[in-house]
Amino acid sequence: MQEAWVPLLLTLKVAGWATALNLLLGVGVGFALARLRFPGRELLDALLTLPMVMPPTVLGYYLLVLIGRKGPLGAWLQAEFGITLIFTWQGAVIAATIVAFPLVFKSARAAFEGVDPQLEQAARVLGLSELAVFFRVTLPLAWRGILAGLLLAFARATGEFGATLMVAGSIPGKTQTLSVAVYEAVQAGQDATANVLVLVTSITCIVVLLSAGRLAPGRVAGGGLAR
Amino acid sequence: MIWDVDVRRVFEQAGRRFELQARFAGDARRLVLLGPSGAGKSQTLKIIAGLARADAGHVRLQGRDLQDSARGLNLPARERRLGYVFQDYALFPHLTVRQNVAFGLAGGWRNPPRQLAHPELTRWLQTLGLSELAEHYPEQISGGQRQRVALARALVGAPQALLLDEPFAALDSPLRRRLRQELLGLLQGLDLPMLLITHDEEDAEALAEQVLRMDQGRLL
Repeated sequence: MQEAWVPLLLTLKVAGWATALNLLLGVGVGFALARLRFPGRELLDALLTLPMVMPPTVLGYYLLVLIGRKGPLGAWLQAEFGITLIFTWQGAVIAATIVAFPLVFKSARAAFEGVDPQLEQAARVLGLSELAVFFRVTLPLAWRGILAGLLLAFARATGEFGATLMVAGSIPGKTQTLSVAVYEAVQAGQDATANVLVLVTSITCIVVLLSAGRLAPGRVAGGGLAR
Repeated sequence: MIWDVDVRRVFEQAGRRFELQARFAGDARRLVLLGPSGAGKSQTLKIIAGLARADAGHVRLQGRDLQDSARGLNLPARERRLGYVFQDYALFPHLTVRQNVAFGLAGGWRNPPRQLAHPELTRWLQTLGLSELAEHYPEQISGGQRQRVALARALVGAPQALLLDEPFAALDSPLRRRLRQELLGLLQGLDLPMLLITHDEEDAEALAEQVLRMDQGRLL
C-alpha cells in the first residue's frame, strides 16, 4: 500500500488545489459569460473551452513555453521572485487547473443562465445591493450546477496525465501523481504496484462521479435549477 | 399629488419599432392601468419601479422624485421603496414562506434565518393568513397562497406604494373574485396607494378608483 499512499495524497493535494482555484476562476468567468453582453462572447467561450478538446500534451507544451525557465512568464517569475514552477507540484496544479477549467465555467455558465432574472429583480425591489442579490439569490439557485461542475473538475484533475507529465515531470514523492505513477509502474514491469494504483484511482473517480451525479440538476427535488 | 409619471422609451427590435409614452398624474389611491397584452403596461410598471430604463421623463410619487432625466436623477430599484407583486409572483424557491416574506427585512449578504421572529413579519403572516404555511416552500403551496406570500413580501417593508403586475392572471375565476375582494379590503385598511396593471375589465371594475386605458404604448 505504501507505493500507492504517497502518490494518492499528492494527487488529492493537486486536484484539491486545482478545484479550489477553479471555484474562483470558473464561477467568475461563468457568471460573466452568462450575464454580460459583449461582442465576441461566444468566441471567448469557445477559446476557453479549448483545454477540454485539445490533447493534454499540446496544452503541456504551451505551458512549458509560457512558464518554462526560458518562457516569458517563467523567466520573469524566476528573476523577480525566485519562483520556479516547472517540475514542482505547483506546476502540476497549474496544469490540472487549466485542463479542468472548462468543466467548471461551462457548468457555472449554464447554472447562472438557468436562474430566472425576475427573481433577481424581485430582490432588487426589496432593497438589495447587486452583491447581496448575487449571494442571496443567484448563487444559491445556481449552486447545485456549479458543485456538479466542480466535482467533475476534481475527477478530471485527479486523472490528469499528459499536461502534468510535461510540466511537472515524474519525481516520486514530489510530482508523481497517481496516473503518472501507474504509467511508470507499467513501464518498469511492476505489475503488482500498477494493480494497486489503478484500483485506488478507479475508486477515487467512482466516488467523485457518484457525488456529481447525485447533485446534477433535475435529479434533485426542490433544487433551484430545475425551475 | 400621489402619481406624477411621464416617461418615454423607444424599443427597436428586429426592425420593429415600438414607442412607449406614458403620462398620467392624479390622486387616485387605487389606479388601474387597463389594456391588451403588448400595450406597454408591464414596461411602464417596470420603469416606475426602476427595473427598466426610460429614455426620458420623470417619476414622482407623493412628491418624492424617483427619477428625472432633466436633472440626471435615477434612483436604483433598491432605493425606491416600492412594493412590487410580479405576475407569477417571483417567490424565491430556495426559501420558505417565512424567509420570503422576511427577505426585505434582512440587510446584508445573508438570507433571513428560518426561525426569524420580527413583529412586522408576524403581523403580515397573520394578516394574510400565512402563519400555518410559514415553514413551507413556494412549490408546496397553492397559487392563491403564493399570491398572498408575494403581497406580504411586498408590504412588510412599509413601501411608499404598491405596484401589481397582472396579479390575478394565474388564478381560476372563483379564486380571482375572492382575492380581488381580499386585496380591496387589505388596501382600504392601509394608507397605501396602489397601481395595478391588467388586461381584465373585471379587475378594473372591482378595484379601481380610477381607470387608465392603454393601447399601443399610449394612454387613451
